[in-house]
Formats: sequence, structure tokens, C-alpha cells
Amino acid sequence: MTQNTSIAGEAHGSLRGYATGFVLSLILTAIPFALVMVESASSSVPVVGIFIERNLQLSRYAVGVDRSVVIAGIFVAAAVQILVHLHYFLHMDRSSSQRWNLMTFLFTVLVMAIFIGGSLWIMFDLHYRMMGS
Amino acid sequence: MTAYAQTIDAAQAADHGHHDARENQAFGFWLYILSDLILFSALFATFAVQMRSFAGGPTGKELFDLGYVAGETLLLLLSSAGFGLAMLALREGRRNRVLRWLGVTFLLGLGFILMEIHEFHGLIAEGNGPNRSGFLSAYFTLVGTHGIHVTFGLIWMAVLMLQVVVKGLSAPVQGRLLRLSVFWHFLDIVWIGVFSVVYLLGMVQ
Repeated sequence: MTQNTSIAGEAHGSLRGYATGFVLSLILTAIPFALVMVESASSSVPVVGIFIERNLQLSRYAVGVDRSVVIAGIFVAAAVQILVHLHYFLHMDRSSSQRWNLMTFLFTVLVMAIFIGGSLWIMFDLHYRMMGS
Repeated sequence: MTAYAQTIDAAQAADHGHHDARENQAFGFWLYILSDLILFSALFATFAVQMRSFAGGPTGKELFDLGYVAGETLLLLLSSAGFGLAMLALREGRRNRVLRWLGVTFLLGLGFILMEIHEFHGLIAEGNGPNRSGFLSAYFTLVGTHGIHVTFGLIWMAVLMLQVVVKGLSAPVQGRLLRLSVFWHFLDIVWIGVFSVVYLLGMVQ
């Protein structure tokens, strides 16, 4: 894609780009919120579940989103929205002018994965080993 | 090469030393932002480990109001869009327009902070402060650190608005606005992580 540069060689956007990023972000925020709201509604008072059911005209069996679907949905939506922000707001792409930014960012993601994944692994393992005592 | 591109090339060559310095400033700030992301990942990791440590106290589901969080999220997202529009105005050299959009961004960011302070105050007043449980301790640290970053961003933004008024859209001011824009967009990115992992996951108990 064509890279626009101006102030000090910095990448910049267009009105269309910011608008697209904004709308996509709204959608990607609404989806996980809706998933959680439906999930909490269906797992609590049945009256609420019927209210949703009648208004959305879903079958009785469709209401009640599975928890694992909701959790996966939250993570996927978050990941995609972050990518949207990086591209439309921070103008990150695969062009040569963004190469250094992209590479250093990817390295940071690797470090973050080690931090968070490693902490969870260690603490889970510790919890498992400590369960007897 | 087009005549336009040749002109840019010549201008950049003549401006080479200055140009390099500006690029270094931008990249240096980018590296700082990435280090800040590492800081947040440590706080996220801590939260992830502590997110079910309720110590007999309240869970996220009992404490959080999704509508309220949606409001905060919308304010921050709008402020990111607002800053984008300020940067577009900056590229066109339209000083008053830059000030107007920075002002909008500032108000939206301030709204977010006020909502967050209100939320924290409410929790502490009911006895659910950071000392209540591991969960709440990690919550206040992670969300609070993000809030402190936003607050510093607002202070920086106010100072820059003053600089635009006093110095106009000079080259140094432009560079500073660019760096603040990177900072501001990253705060929204971190918030995506916060509302997803802290609030939404917290509701799915």
C-alpha cells in the first residue's frame, strides 16, 4: 500500500482512514460487550433470558451462549481491534518506512507473551504442586 | 521520479541533519512506548495471576457495571479519533483547527479520568479498596497505572495546546504533537486490553 509521509518523514493518515478505524473499533468493542451481556443474562434470572429471547426472536435453544465462545470472542475481538488501532491510527504497515517500528513492536509482543504466558504457567504449576498442602 | 518527488528529495537532502534528528526523536519515543508496554504486561501478568483471588471479598461480576465501562471505552475511543483529526489539521497547517480538535480530545480524556476517579472512589468507600483482596490490589494497580498515564497525557496535551498558541505550528511543536499522538493512541490500545481482560473476563465468572 502507498505510504504517506510528511512531517519529519512520519506516516500520517487520512480522514477516511481515521473514520474507518473508528467504525471498526466501535464494532469490535460492541461484539465482546454484547457477548458478555447475553452470557450473563442467560446464566442468571430466567425471566431476563426470556425477555431477550422474545425481543431477539431467538429459539429457546439458541439463547445462552457457551462460556468458552464468549471468552474466545473477547480475546479475538481485542486482538483484531488492537491491529485496527495499529494500522489506522498509528499507521503501521509492512512498508519499508515502518520496518523499524514494526520489528521493534513484534519483539515487544514476544517479550509480553513470555511475561504473561510465563507467569501464568509458573503460577498455575505452583498452585497444582501446592494443592496437597 | 516526478518533479514533486524530486523537490521533496532535494529538500530532505538539504535538511538532512535536521531530518535525521527528527526521525531519531520519533523512533526514540516509539522505543519508550514499547518499554511502557512491557511495564503494562508485567501489570497484566500480575492481574492474570490474581484475578480469582477474592479473599472472600467481592468478585468482578459483583462490582463492575458494563454500561459504565462501555461509556469510559467510548470516551477514550472518541478521544483517539479526535486526536487523529487534530493531526490531519496539523498536516494542513490549520492552527485553530488543531487547537479545536486537541480541545475536544482533552475534554473526552478528562471525562474518562473523571469517570474512573468516580469508580475508584465508590469502590474504596464501600471498603473494596486495593487492600481488600489480591484481585482488587491487582485491579487498582493495573487500571490505576493506566489512569495515571492518561492524566500525564492530559497535562502534556494542555502544555502543547499552550505551545501551539504561543509558538504556532513550528517544527519542534509538530514533532511534540506527533509524539503525544503516539502516546495517546497507545493508551487506547492498552485500554482495549484492560476492558477485555479486567472487566469483560471479570464478568464471565
